[in-house]
Amino acid sequence: MTKVSMTVNGKAVSGEVEGRTLLSSFLREGLGLTGTHVGCDTSQCGACVVHVNGKAMKSCTVFAQDVAGAEICTIEGMANPDGSLSVIQQAFQDHHGLQCGFCTPGMVMSAAALLAENPRPTEAEVRHYLEGNLCRCTGYHNIIKAVLAASGQDVTKIAAE
Amino acid sequence: MPKDGGIGARTKRREDVRFLTGKGRYTDDINIRGQLHAHFIRSQVAHGRIRKIDTRDAEAMPGVVKVFTSADFAGAGGLPCGWQVTSRDGKPMLEPKHPVLAEGKVRHVGDPIAVVVAETLDQARDAAEAVVIDIEELPAVIDMKAAVQGGPLVHDEIGSNLCYDWGFVEENKAAVDEAFARAAHVTTLELVNNRLIANPMEPRVAVGDYEDHSGMHTLYTTSQNPHVIRLLMGAFVLSIPEHKLRVVAPDVGGGFGSKIYHYAEEAFVTKAAQVLKRPVKWTASRSEAFISDAQGRDHITRIELALDADHNFTALRCETYANMGAYLSTFAPCIPTWLHGTLLAGNYRTPLIYTNVKAVFTNTVPVDAYRGAGRPEATFQLERVIDKAARELGVSPVELRRKNFIKPDQFPYQTPVAVVYDTGNYHATLDKLLELSDYKGFEARAAESKKRGKLRGFGLAHYIEACGIAPSNLVGQLGARAGLYESATVRVNATGSITVFTGSHSHGQGHETTFAQVISEMIGIDASQVEIVHGDTSNTPMGMGTYGSRSLAVGGSAMVKATNKIINKAKKIAAHLMEASEADIELKDGKFTVAGTDKEKSWVDITLAAYVPHNYPLEDMEPGLEETAFYDPSNFTYPAGAYGCEVEVDPETGKVEIVAFTAADDFGNVVNPMIVEGQVHGGLAQGIGQAMLENCVYDENGQLLSGSFMDYAMPRADDLPFYRVDHSCATPCTHNPLGVKGCGEAGAIGSPPAVVNAVIDALHRGGFTHVTHIDMPVSPARVWQAIHG
Repeated sequence: MTKVSMTVNGKAVSGEVEGRTLLSSFLREGLGLTGTHVGCDTSQCGACVVHVNGKAMKSCTVFAQDVAGAEICTIEGMANPDGSLSVIQQAFQDHHGLQCGFCTPGMVMSAAALLAENPRPTEAEVRHYLEGNLCRCTGYHNIIKAVLAASGQDVTKIAAE
Repeated sequence: MPKDGGIGARTKRREDVRFLTGKGRYTDDINIRGQLHAHFIRSQVAHGRIRKIDTRDAEAMPGVVKVFTSADFAGAGGLPCGWQVTSRDGKPMLEPKHPVLAEGKVRHVGDPIAVVVAETLDQARDAAEAVVIDIEELPAVIDMKAAVQGGPLVHDEIGSNLCYDWGFVEENKAAVDEAFARAAHVTTLELVNNRLIANPMEPRVAVGDYEDHSGMHTLYTTSQNPHVIRLLMGAFVLSIPEHKLRVVAPDVGGGFGSKIYHYAEEAFVTKAAQVLKRPVKWTASRSEAFISDAQGRDHITRIELALDADHNFTALRCETYANMGAYLSTFAPCIPTWLHGTLLAGNYRTPLIYTNVKAVFTNTVPVDAYRGAGRPEATFQLERVIDKAARELGVSPVELRRKNFIKPDQFPYQTPVAVVYDTGNYHATLDKLLELSDYKGFEARAAESKKRGKLRGFGLAHYIEACGIAPSNLVGQLGARAGLYESATVRVNATGSITVFTGSHSHGQGHETTFAQVISEMIGIDASQVEIVHGDTSNTPMGMGTYGSRSLAVGGSAMVKATNKIINKAKKIAAHLMEASEADIELKDGKFTVAGTDKEKSWVDITLAAYVPHNYPLEDMEPGLEETAFYDPSNFTYPAGAYGCEVEVDPETGKVEIVAFTAADDFGNVVNPMIVEGQVHGGLAQGIGQAMLENCVYDENGQLLSGSFMDYAMPRADDLPFYRVDHSCATPCTHNPLGVKGCGEAGAIGSPPAVVNAVIDALHRGGFTHVTHIDMPVSPARVWQAIHG
């Protein structure tokens, strides 16, 4: 067992991990941050996406000890300081961009990373960027719409409000 | 304009806030102090005889508490099947035992053989490597036709791989054959409805807990129907009476049918927690989900359509082989029969229909309902054969359908396949679809595509589904071993807020929002004053759960029924307080008034009086304001619609791109249009996924070749377009109080034939008229091969 320390959602945390402990397991089991979900074992679904030093990363694909010292942000750290939903979170609610909610944390984290890189993406750019996040409920329609809306673009003309 | 938060409003979902902030509580988020972890050792071969299992080395490894095998379940029953189908010869289906852990033989890759329970999951996994399992591999049978033509027996003791041979309507067979003999034209099509894997994003999880002093068992599980699991597991597998068994399905991350069934892992953790006196948790990896979740579809069908000289449909005949997999999953037998054969009339007046279904055991994962369940299979074959007939006859597929539609004035319509459609207007949905998809402009768009070297095609499909399953006495006659009602308890609290306990279960459908909208509309209080509780057998009345697009049609009706009882009692209290006749009391916007006077009492005045009954007709009425209702539907509901798919095919590569998809649905009345549209979007993605991408494939030895998200092509954001959806052509259901029909499965039912019809249309427009059918998924390779066929 090795002791690792890192900053998660602005707080310094540490814990004992095995070499094989994944960041996703450390967050969920070690820190009790169960908002990060694990939906596959081949790094395909993206439900586990978190930000590591500001970059979107699939937390099931990285060992906890390899991100010692890093700044981690999870879905639990995405709301505004007063607890209200952030612009992206609010856009997902406003446009019904989630149903069962299981892929949602990863979707929100990926969408936030996209908008940080590309503040006004096209529909095609959003679809391409989210290619690594699977959703089985929404058919992606309202997710794409929510991300476009969160970027400040007018989505009222998109078919089938 | 609907009232904010009432019926018809696009109310935002209240459940979203917890899901968007990481505060959802899914089963894997539950960790009970002292819990152990279970790791299942599963068969790596599709068929084999277990010679020996040696657990001694594993049990000596660090952290290991016990390794379980079938010997530990000697007194337990098999996983029960909830539906019995009767064969044409009057004999019941063959129903082999489905043990919790394999007994003597393994019958599919993934069949559980032993389970290591240890202090940590890693310790359990490590020890699993030390369990010695000696299996004599036997020849596997994967192909359905080979299975019933002398292939190896999946279950030696039943002597056949043919589970049942069902004919429907058997009495019509001779008349159907005669109609075919007389037909002016017969169109025949052989097709495969490809096997699919539901893949809700949350893998299955089960946590068992046991309280030694009281004998109380608790199972937390990823289920669509916790009461059904309690009944099946308690009564048939582990012999635990209901009052000592609590089943909780908290936030569940999607189901699509795959979380209806009672699975071995649920019984395992429940039993293991009792044996070990500690909580036991199991979480499926996605790899495990691929080989242990019930799979869907997998039909091989030959369908024939007979037409007279005027192109009226005169008869329909089909023969289907339906894969059951290695064991009968909970509702498997009813999917290819009662949820398939009864839908073969579609939207049409075809007077004579006969279908024969042979259900077959193979060495593959069990197959059961997946979004649509039987109805997509019926719709696909019917809508494909109609399109093929139109092409053979040189008539428009649109007009051939319109000519044969059941007419709006023919409802209620008795079909020749038992069911009676209460309402519908297929002409209206077709017209709406053609308008929304700019069908008139199609030829111009096709010409523009052609300039770019692409072939554009338009595919139309109509669907009918039977939802809100259904009268219990009817389904009982058809072989169901369960009732199919729904329940609700409406508890009005003393200060006027309301808690509803529903037997329905939400795993993405948004019941917490929509059910509250219904109550808000009925009573006139703000929706924020209503809480919806579901998913826990310890506080909800016995309910059958959520599948088959039944929540609002059946569960919502139970809630309306209970709420009407509440309103009736509240009016009696109001009449007493205002010294008026009960008949004169009116409830509007949360206020009780006496007709023709200015007397008024608020909702809270009444609820307080009910719980603080100082001025109350105690001699006539009990205090309190809480009512329970069970609602048993008198018929199915029949959502229907018209779907249009426009594709561009690249003839050089065979690649198909969906350039537009339009859905015009009739769901009857709608409580929350935003949620309804979301349901359609999701269904469309799954249907388009089936048509274009998804395919569950086994090799000849029974190894699953599509066993991960790297091999099984789930639709991704960049595979799909924005959809145009409409539900304005509403003919409300006539037999439930909300006039609702159900919208959860429509998208997955109507879209596959629309996609394939569009691809065939594109190829014909490109001159490839030899292509009459391509099996799903219509991958570039298949399209290219068909072009060059």
